Amino acid sequence: MMAALENTGARNRMGSMDILRITEVGDTAFNVEFGDGIDPETNARVMSLCRAVRRARDGGGLAGLVEVVPTFRSLLVCYDPVVTSRIAVEAEVTALVATCADSQASAGRRWRIPVCYEGEFGPDLADVAAATGLAADEVIAAHCGTEFFVYMLGFMPGFAYMGDVPAILRLPRKASPRLKVPAGSVAIAESFAAIYPWESPGGWHLLGRTPVTFFDLERPQPSLLAPGDRVVFHAIGAAEYDAARRDSALVAPERLLTEAG
Amino acid sequence: MVAALEVLAPGLHSTVQDFGRFGFQDLGVPVAGALDPVGLRLANALVGNRPGEAGLELSYLGPTVKVAAASARIAVAGPVRLALTPADGEARMLDPDRAHTLHQGDVLAIGAVAGAAVAYLAVAGGFDLAPVLGSLATYVRAGLGPLGGKPLAAGMVLPLRLDAAPTGPDLALAEPFEYGLGPIRVVPGPQADAFTDEAMATFLAADYTVSKEADRMGLRLDGPVLAHRGKADIVSDGLVSGCIQVPGNGAPIILLADHQTAGGYAKIATVISADLPRLGRAVPGTKLRFKAVSVAEAEQARRALEREVKRCIEGLRDAGIGAGIDLAALYGNDLVSGMIDAISGEGR
Repeated sequence: MMAALENTGARNRMGSMDILRITEVGDTAFNVEFGDGIDPETNARVMSLCRAVRRARDGGGLAGLVEVVPTFRSLLVCYDPVVTSRIAVEAEVTALVATCADSQASAGRRWRIPVCYEGEFGPDLADVAAATGLAADEVIAAHCGTEFFVYMLGFMPGFAYMGDVPAILRLPRKASPRLKVPAGSVAIAESFAAIYPWESPGGWHLLGRTPVTFFDLERPQPSLLAPGDRVVFHAIGAAEYDAARRDSALVAPERLLTEAG
Repeated sequence: MVAALEVLAPGLHSTVQDFGRFGFQDLGVPVAGALDPVGLRLANALVGNRPGEAGLELSYLGPTVKVAAASARIAVAGPVRLALTPADGEARMLDPDRAHTLHQGDVLAIGAVAGAAVAYLAVAGGFDLAPVLGSLATYVRAGLGPLGGKPLAAGMVLPLRLDAAPTGPDLALAEPFEYGLGPIRVVPGPQADAFTDEAMATFLAADYTVSKEADRMGLRLDGPVLAHRGKADIVSDGLVSGCIQVPGNGAPIILLADHQTAGGYAKIATVISADLPRLGRAVPGTKLRFKAVSVAEAEQARRALEREVKRCIEGLRDAGIGAGIDLAALYGNDLVSGMIDAISGEGR
């Protein structure tokens, strides 16, 4: 039996609270999975357990806990095997699941993010329009008409995976990724929307660019976006974009926040 | 005057590292930190620092630094050649794996790291640098860390906390630390079931080789490809150092300190933390074999490694008076030069 469990690297917890399974991530972490798909309900359970674990740690519990990393459908629980053990941490964490099962997910903050879709700022806008059979204006309207949900941060500091892109805009990633995507690029791929906080390689479709800074070590919270936040885009002209690039106070976080959550 | 080390030559890729920037992976901030935390600990122990004090990680070729302080106690842990040009005296070779008290104007040239990817330099008292998000680890890709998140460059000044070396003897390792041999131990999962039975059997039986695509992010391996049952893509989830992800081409990649915080490729297994220092030191061409163990066995192995490191540190001895060997004496003594050759892996 143990051999079989080790071979799959997974233990099925179906029927035991909300956890789908716990998977092995070596001797410094394990993954608590709440589902196999990407949807806000599953993600809310992940975030609920994430908050519960942090509360327990801040209250003096969970000795040896290093950190928790929430992703779409699972919570990575990292621990120090010199201080504690998998058995001890898993027991404490799974006990917390019951306490947070009924807790309401917080609504998250709501941000209104300016995007310039013009010319060089939206290099893939025309291609996306062609591939979806929409006019460029309709692509922009669909992008601005969606309230996006921040599922998780990853890939690079401050990079938020947001969903869900309306069905009419869904396209696979580009066949050949760009070597350099400019910082501030606003992009879509499949069901996801994102903003590149840093220049990096990337295979997503670039619809526009925002003058907002999404990761800033000078802020008490370096990342503008956090899991559970909501984001709405609105179109601005190139002149407004340039003005905000010259004076970042115009797009300071407090000016973009429309609901505190 | 501010006590400092001045960087005369940067080496190949020298970065300030501690044990890593934990606690911000939920914001997408990688942990980074020393590829070989044991090496960093030993360097720190040699100069009397706490284990997680930030030091310099030296990749393949070390830097040349000049002491701009009354004195400084410095140790380099790892298989590396050190040449000291004192402000007043003859150039001489210094031994690694021991502390040396250097003086104002002394120039220390750190040569090639032989047979390992990294070595570590620590200074007694540590560097006087401001932590970024609670850590002095350097993550170059996003420019996060001290020194603007950049590797060393010629002309940089590394401020020191101490103006002079503390009193007390220069310490030395009784013998180089044994990082262990044998297969790299892994815990299967988290997506072991995404691979065919044959792929798992192959993974645990075949020889793999560290390819030239090896850096602080990870080691791409050459060897038999591993077939997925279905797609290679999964719903992205969290990662740790040691995760072995297998993209659609079937070639495994072992993630190291600079890995991204989440990834969307199926992971066949995770290298146990006790064997990560070996991988952090692995150079291209290194042969690897994998062996499956349970989580409980992995935790025991990690605690055993901790005991070994502690034993090694408790065995530190007084290196005696004099900070090295005259080159003339070195070249005149076959026994010593033979030892240096054995350590450096190259002839003189």
